Amino acid sequence: MTTVAEKLDTRGMNCPLPILKTRKAINRINAGEILEVTATDPGSVKDMASFCEQTGNRLVASNESANGFVFLIEKA
Amino acid sequence: MSGTTENIADNAQLDAWLNSRLDELLPAKLEDIDASKTPSMSIIATKGTLDWAYPPFILASTAAALGWKVDIFFTFYGLLLLKKKLDADVSPLGNPAMPMKMPFGPQWFQDFEWPMPNLLMAGVPGFEKVATGLMKKTFRNKGVATVEELRSLCLEADVNMIACQMTVDVFGFAPDEFIPEVTDYVGATSFLPVARKSDVCLFI
Repeated sequence: MTTVAEKLDTRGMNCPLPILKTRKAINRINAGEILEVTATDPGSVKDMASFCEQTGNRLVASNESANGFVFLIEKA
Repeated sequence: MSGTTENIADNAQLDAWLNSRLDELLPAKLEDIDASKTPSMSIIATKGTLDWAYPPFILASTAAALGWKVDIFFTFYGLLLLKKKLDADVSPLGNPAMPMKMPFGPQWFQDFEWPMPNLLMAGVPGFEKVATGLMKKTFRNKGVATVEELRSLCLEADVNMIACQMTVDVFGFAPDEFIPEVTDYVGATSFLPVARKSDVCLFI
């Protein structure tokens, strides 16, 4: 079971804020730790995958829940 | 005599061998170089209204979040985006594609696109302030960052902000009107080499 080191709530925020806040949150955690991001911006689904691909961090999960979109990112 | 002919034949053979090896190795090598290189972007920001303030700051802050090196050259009205107090307005006049929608009230009211005659836009005092207020409210409702917020995120992420010295002189700005983070006051000659080396170069 993966433990989440930090949670980030970007619900209500629009592009590019979820990505910018994610970047800052990733800077705060250590390599191997998991960041959980919640978002309501529908564009964030593709953007978050693209962000992870370009920055080398691993998108462990990308799901949709009643709360919005939930992403788990493991810092490289 | 015969030795020279042999040498020429050897050289031709060597060239052919080299060429085929290069064809084999070069694509992977170039890919390696490309992958290990930090991407870079140069933006030339030339406009100072609220609507045009967004694109350079959105692109720059996002690129910086992806780890890119970013330089923005602010020239002409773009310089206003470097002022300590950002007071960018938006004018629907001469901006025919700009939708005029209300950011409050019931949905049918918000969905309605208000026809704005030029006479009204040009003649009513304070119309621009109202339009600016409506746009800011719409952006806030939709969770879009303010221009100030995006600018400070850019600065935090070490986006280089460069001011055009000539325009500063022409418009009679004083250096203390600008944010202290402006990295340089230079001319096109100094910016072009930066733009030349960048992967993405945009004029906004």
